[in-house]
Amino acid sequence: MTTQHISVTVNGETHEADVEPRLLLVHLLRDTLGLTGTHVGCDTSHCGACTVHIDGASAKSCTMLAVQADGRQIKTIEGMADGATLHPLQQAFWDQHGLQCGFCTPGMIMQSATLLADNADPTEQEIREGISGNLCRCTGYVNIVKAIQQAATEMAAAAETQTGSPVAAS
Amino acid sequence: MIPAQFDYVRPGDLDETLRILKDREGEAKLLSGGYSLIPLIKLRLAQPGLLVDLRDVSGLDGITETDDYLSIGAKATHRQIHDATVVADRYPLLQDVTDVIGDPQVRNWGTIGGSVAHADPASDWPAVLLATSATLVCRSQTGERTIAARDFFIDTFQTAIEPTEVLTEIRIQRRPRGAGAAYEKLERKVGDFATVAAAAMVGLGADGRIARAGIGLTGVAEAPFAATDAEAVLTGNAPSDELFRRAGAAAGAQSRPFGDVRGPVEYKRAMAAEMTLRALHRATKRAQAYA
Repeated sequence: MTTQHISVTVNGETHEADVEPRLLLVHLLRDTLGLTGTHVGCDTSHCGACTVHIDGASAKSCTMLAVQADGRQIKTIEGMADGATLHPLQQAFWDQHGLQCGFCTPGMIMQSATLLADNADPTEQEIREGISGNLCRCTGYVNIVKAIQQAATEMAAAAETQTGSPVAAS
Repeated sequence: MIPAQFDYVRPGDLDETLRILKDREGEAKLLSGGYSLIPLIKLRLAQPGLLVDLRDVSGLDGITETDDYLSIGAKATHRQIHDATVVADRYPLLQDVTDVIGDPQVRNWGTIGGSVAHADPASDWPAVLLATSATLVCRSQTGERTIAARDFFIDTFQTAIEPTEVLTEIRIQRRPRGAGAAYEKLERKVGDFATVAAAAMVGLGADGRIARAGIGLTGVAEAPFAATDAEAVLTGNAPSDELFRRAGAAAGAQSRPFGDVRGPVEYKRAMAAEMTLRALHRATKRAQAYA
């Protein structure tokens, strides 16, 4: 079987690699690039722990081949913080205790980020539907939902400060 | 889980794709979003020798309405279908599906063509295509042909697509005035495959009676199927709860479910009747509101 040469941009940095076609994206991220923040949970496309952004859309990286990501922009949990400053979602998960063991957290945060990009002011129901592809097995989702609500409020306030006008007023 | 080895190509257009399918007939498998195929490859339930990635094949993801039908490109993702203005305006049936198929990540990448060609017996789209008597368009090197949805789903994971063909387009009959449709899915938990699901389409005549009816069921046979006995119960009659219950009973009787972790045979049969009943009520409301 022939290897394929691919180029992917992960968190702003371009990487080239020769990969077997069967290599899963999550294994490229974790084993080849050493970005172990993206977790492998169920390995069957159910749990969402491996969620990353590909060209801005959330995807389960255990259900995508590395060759499918060739030429694409990928964002992982490692790309969320701005230096020492946590992303508002990361800070909110900390503040609201939106985790116990933390295994699902990277996927939860990545999925929540696209949820808030689509809908800056979601209802609780919309949040729950938005993270329906992400499973937490420690506890309920109460604090996770609270964390996403906190981040939504803070991100909307920050956007308002920047633009001088409220966003997602609807 | 590590898939078995395979080769991979990413052709630049449809002609190149069709040539590869012909040259590597029998070992080539098309890859679209991957959310049906890759799980099977990881489990080694599917072991294709060559994956042909359709990513760079353009022109297969349009969603447009003609005078006769709504055309959905096979590469359109569930998300694209959900977000299409024409779908939001006139085809709430399709949004019933895009609201419940998989989860948000799956909807971002999974495609209607991939799902339909995969033909999981409990998947969502086939029931809709059966209820609406949709048409599927396939291309090969020898040309294009159309296949009626009712001739398409042959058996578990088996369709009428030939190994040298690409499913390019799904055509759903343009919704006329007085027609409505709905999809009702019973699932153990959000994002699951259907335990049972029913799609119902009702076309009302000027007299308010049901002039046309279509019912597709998923999860209750070796392949999704059209509940023709239920359709016969409905046609020519005035919509009523009593009529819908009789149609539901006919749909349940025509089902051939297997007992499994999602429930025993009797339960699934009863739920086929119930989902049909609920879908008929909602479809009829939509038909009456679109007079």
